[in-house]
Amino acid sequence: MLSSNIKGVTNGFPLVIEVQKFVEKQVDFNSDFLKNMFPKIEWKALVTAARTMGYAELPEEVDSSMLESEDFLQKFHHALLELHLEEGALICPETGRRFVVAKGIPNMLLHEDEV
Amino acid sequence: MWYLCVFFHRLLDYRRPEVEALAELFGAFEDGRESLEWKLPQLNHPDSPFHFVNLPSEDIARNIANRSILVKGMYELWGEGCSYEELEEAIKAYPDECKLPYLTSESTFRIIVDSFGKVISFEEQNKRIQRFTYIPFKGRVNLKNPEHKFWLIETDEYGSNNGLPPVVQRRLFFGREVGAADRKLLPTYQLKSRKYLGPTAMDAEMAFLMANQALATPGKLVYDPFVGTGSILVAAAHFGAMTMGTDIDIRVVRDGRGPECNVWSNFKQYGLPMPVSLLRADNNLPPWRPGLKEVFDAIICDPPYGVRAGGRKSGGRKLLKGVIDPYTVPDDKRLGHIPSTAPYSLAECIHDLFELAARMLVMGGRLVFFYPVIREDESTETHYPEHPCFTLVAACEQILSLRYSRHLLTMVKKGPYSEEIAAEATRMHLDFRENHLKWLEDGKLHSAVFSPINYQNDGSVESKLNKDSKPKYRGKYV
Repeated sequence: MLSSNIKGVTNGFPLVIEVQKFVEKQVDFNSDFLKNMFPKIEWKALVTAARTMGYAELPEEVDSSMLESEDFLQKFHHALLELHLEEGALICPETGRRFVVAKGIPNMLLHEDEV
Repeated sequence: MWYLCVFFHRLLDYRRPEVEALAELFGAFEDGRESLEWKLPQLNHPDSPFHFVNLPSEDIARNIANRSILVKGMYELWGEGCSYEELEEAIKAYPDECKLPYLTSESTFRIIVDSFGKVISFEEQNKRIQRFTYIPFKGRVNLKNPEHKFWLIETDEYGSNNGLPPVVQRRLFFGREVGAADRKLLPTYQLKSRKYLGPTAMDAEMAFLMANQALATPGKLVYDPFVGTGSILVAAAHFGAMTMGTDIDIRVVRDGRGPECNVWSNFKQYGLPMPVSLLRADNNLPPWRPGLKEVFDAIICDPPYGVRAGGRKSGGRKLLKGVIDPYTVPDDKRLGHIPSTAPYSLAECIHDLFELAARMLVMGGRLVFFYPVIREDESTETHYPEHPCFTLVAACEQILSLRYSRHLLTMVKKGPYSEEIAAEATRMHLDFRENHLKWLEDGKLHSAVFSPINYQNDGSVESKLNKDSKPKYRGKYV
């Protein structure tokens, strides 16, 4: 969902994930939530993000009919909700600016010269 | 069908809007209506806890009552009257086909005697229960866990100085309970047993009311842009919604008070699902990817209005005033650099909140937030901020002090977002700031709330204080 919002940057999405440490958290499965979120997600970015975190099970191409498949929903659920980047960074694809992620919290605040 | 809806006698402004919001959540408006029909019992003051509400089905009435915070009970009324004789007649006249299914020999029941504004002794209660021999109860009594609960509720003349609206006439109600609020939630979630608290953590009862106004429910994504310790999102998560929050203060969201005392631990404490994401960002310069729209089902927040906590945004004070030029952070210092922030006036903050909500809420999504109002001049009408995408559905006042109150505004996104709308909103914002809300600027509200009273004007101010310090009828203060 996030992008680099540095002034002048036109293509700040998707941010490249730099993984130092990631954790898997158990989250209760809720198919309504997944169906609600599916059309709002930039699928390619999610696939790439999951891959950087070592999860390569997501299919490259998707359409909404796949939401009927329990197996697909489980994979989607895992990638979207259970993989957390604990330590690392989100890197702007255009400028290389690193947004540090510490204790699971991305710091998206800009410096004075980027506003 | 009409139900008797009895409220807890608190947060008077919040009672009907909560029921209206839950009615929408549970599908009472599927036939295209937009609000519920309400009636007051005869001679009742609007602040009275007794209301009649028309709901499409008993299931909806039960769902509303059970999920609510302020509904003491929703009842199928079997009879009412000014005296026990009148009540008896009314109950006898109520059709048998409505009564008998709840009086069968296999069922268990109990009768509860309740009153508003006075206390009825245990002995008196028993006497009143024994009068009901004319109702053919066939079931067994079960005080602990009955299938059906019947309530006899009385209001009567009481002393006039107890902060309750005056009762004109004695009134008795008898009905079968359909549902009631689960107030056990409140001790469970009360702030004093919460691990991680901030100075402006939202009271549990209010947080639940906000989550109800936002229609938080499983499958939805609820966002708080001023998340702090997560006190509002906890309530939304309790109702099953997925949550997400941002804050500009990284210490609050990232560090908390240690590994077991932070925003995450507040969710863990109640066994609730963790927020899907917490991040540090500035609402003045939000980091969402271009083209990201309509992801949140609701936005709930308590924006910083500068009385107990002030807002901050990116950029130094001098920088924004143009006193100094933007400086370049040296490359070797970038990693640990702490960007400077500047005060963030409420007017600007509300504008950014609208912009965020207009863009990021789904159509029909709800924006629920607190908005401070100075009470000094009661004659002038309150102007709420407006946005072309949003329709105000409820405004509930909670009085905080003699000087100011906060209003919980519930808005529904009715129009789609576009660049033109954003430009129009900016124009409205400037106009609004110009005409209504000078005090919303930096620090003005704070001084309006905390500055000493000017006794030189004496008379008016002092008499007002004296008058208010011993209110006969407390109304919204409860």
